[in-house]
Amino acid sequence: MKLEHGHIYIKDIVLGDKTQVEGGVLTVDAQALIAHLKEDNKVKNVKVDLARPGEEIRIIPVKDVIEPRVKVIGEGNGFPGVTSKIAQMGEGKVHILSGVAIVTIGDIVGFQEGVIDMWGEGAKWTPFSKTLNIVVDIEPVEGLDPHVHERTVRFAGLRAAEFIGFAGKDVEPDEVLVYEIGTQVEETAKYPDLPRVAYVEMLISQGLLHDGYIYGVNSQQILPTLLHPNEELDNAVISGNCVAACDKITTYQHQNNAVILDLYKEHGKTINFIGVILTPELTTLEGKFRTCDYTAKLCVNLGADAVIISEEGYGNPDSDLVMICKRCEQKGIKTVLITDECSGWDGMSQPLTDMAEEAVAVISTGNVSHVVELTAAKKVLGVAEAIYTLAGGWEGCIAEDGSMKCELNAVIGSTSEIGYHNCTVELY
Amino acid sequence: MKIVYYVNQFFGQIGGEEKAGTPPQYVDKAVGPAGGFQTLIKDEAQVVGTIICGDNYFNEHKEVALKEILAMVKDSGADLFVAGPAFNAGRYGMACAQVSAAVQKELEIPALTGMYEENPGLEEARSEAYVIKTGDSAGTMRKALPLMAALGLKLLKKVAPGLPSEDGYFAQGRRVTVFSDKRGSVRAVEMLLKRLAEEPFVTELPMPVFDNVPPAQAIADLSKATIALVTSGGIVPLGNPDRIQSASAQKWGKYDISGKKALKGDFYTIHGGYDPVYANAYADRVAPLDVLYELKEEGIIGDVYPYFYTTTGTGTSVASSVAFGKEIGKELKEAGVSGVLLTST
Repeated sequence: MKLEHGHIYIKDIVLGDKTQVEGGVLTVDAQALIAHLKEDNKVKNVKVDLARPGEEIRIIPVKDVIEPRVKVIGEGNGFPGVTSKIAQMGEGKVHILSGVAIVTIGDIVGFQEGVIDMWGEGAKWTPFSKTLNIVVDIEPVEGLDPHVHERTVRFAGLRAAEFIGFAGKDVEPDEVLVYEIGTQVEETAKYPDLPRVAYVEMLISQGLLHDGYIYGVNSQQILPTLLHPNEELDNAVISGNCVAACDKITTYQHQNNAVILDLYKEHGKTINFIGVILTPELTTLEGKFRTCDYTAKLCVNLGADAVIISEEGYGNPDSDLVMICKRCEQKGIKTVLITDECSGWDGMSQPLTDMAEEAVAVISTGNVSHVVELTAAKKVLGVAEAIYTLAGGWEGCIAEDGSMKCELNAVIGSTSEIGYHNCTVELY
Repeated sequence: MKIVYYVNQFFGQIGGEEKAGTPPQYVDKAVGPAGGFQTLIKDEAQVVGTIICGDNYFNEHKEVALKEILAMVKDSGADLFVAGPAFNAGRYGMACAQVSAAVQKELEIPALTGMYEENPGLEEARSEAYVIKTGDSAGTMRKALPLMAALGLKLLKKVAPGLPSEDGYFAQGRRVTVFSDKRGSVRAVEMLLKRLAEEPFVTELPMPVFDNVPPAQAIADLSKATIALVTSGGIVPLGNPDRIQSASAQKWGKYDISGKKALKGDFYTIHGGYDPVYANAYADRVAPLDVLYELKEEGIIGDVYPYFYTTTGTGTSVASSVAFGKEIGKELKEAGVSGVLLTST
């Protein structure tokens, strides 16, 4: 498969009469975007705001972050199986409004949405303080069943990304990055001596607000499945999650999966990158055994010499993480795990809820309970008090002067377990 | 700034084993290693006194000795407490460790000691006080004291200590979130390449060690047993009156359910880790008071304990969970509850 990412580097975003890119500036026609989203009769109201890096803006509660793109060559514009008809993804050319993100906020169904601060201390903790954010506040019509409410908001975000992404269709990209990996037979012939490396990406699959989707299929309903890395880099995987904000994999992070991109850099040089295995994190014991056995079996059958395994969330998926590790290591496959920790406010608690002695190589992306102090924002997009019920917040965590304390739990992408951010833990 | 020092009878120059029964005494000058420590920190602070205590006295009268020593430290108005180093001396190590930990914990005065890695005192002190790594005998005093002095000055000046490897102390077990110059995925790929090349690498998260809880005895006669309902599923009265967190709980709640046949209608979930829709519709799906009540009606169990205990399990640290469990368990034990139906999500 060969996929080209044509990056159109966006330097600024402004509101205007026409959604277009000129001289690196993206103009957003907010009215047209709102009208587009309201074509869904379950969407009652939409507000559109902009938030740029450095502006004293707090965005809360954030549901998802999505990169605006358009497919210019090859099939499957948008998010096939979700917002557009099904298509085989991973080939062709995509134009990306690079540096721009759609950030969806809105009335909360669950408790696990997040915060983005665009400036100061808070900005250090989230990768999405560095993007030019188009903040879309979605209010669905009253009386929706919670599951429909959630789907409505999720779809609206994806459709907003499609709508904005279309502005890049006829713009010449500033840089084109090519992602090409052939069949197993071809790559093995080319690199017979390079170690074969797979990537196991675990996806939360635990019901409303807690599911990842692959081509529109809820990962809860799948056996672990093999993807070409290009498929994920081409909108095949989306977030349906409102798990703790710190380590949920937003759609943007699937589109730009850091492990896939960094393994790609080594492909053909030090490794033969043989594929991505998406593994659901199920809640039942039988489910865990089935998926962990199956994942290890796929790694064995692919002839993997080594795998990187990334978790999504924490708590019971810690078991899946170490179970997959154990099974792979016992088959002679070397593993590196990526996880975050729940070490408590003081960092003195046991960091994981399960362990395996085979887990000798682990990347820690931070303690989700690390408490940060964020100064008062000049402007809040959304509802500041949402922090009281979010995972990582608590009643009264906003002081009178508007400053706020919260755990990293509440900060989007702060402890990304696909290694999208740069937090780690040192033992003191 | 003032420093108070602690040594045993030997380093306190009172005598050897024959003086090991000496009770604690306060000398208002630097004695033994305290003198060396004073020389190293020059005039940045003053060792105002040395507490000398026999090793046997401390270990045989621990409670009394600790009380006496803590009073001496408090009276001295010290800004820093230093003990030892104890090297691999077991009784001296236990004394240095326990006094340092108590000074730090109870008086909130920074406490520093030093010992060899196999000293049994290490585990008593390391999570509270700073313990400098030393050799196994007093022959390594010349290496140990400069490290202790350097870290002592940092503590006096309220400068955050560096990494254990930088400042020469045993890790306290505090996992601190910091920024790396590389994102996590890059670090993962680099670690993988090292593993493949069979080069040395350092894991960022050594596997934790788990404790084991022995199961309680079986209940001989359920029909006479009072059963309590406890959950980590975040089921709380509507409105969440105690504001229990939706993740990373810092507290638990206790609610009167006497006379209730089910939680449905009056309770819902604030747990952030699962689909709340079905639990909100019928809270007994998570904490089944309804079924427990039926069992009582049928005479299968004796009674349902009239209070329901709850917290949120998701993201809650193991240390907090252990503390909650001990607190709740104590109440239930004292109330004569025979068994607990403990549900998780």
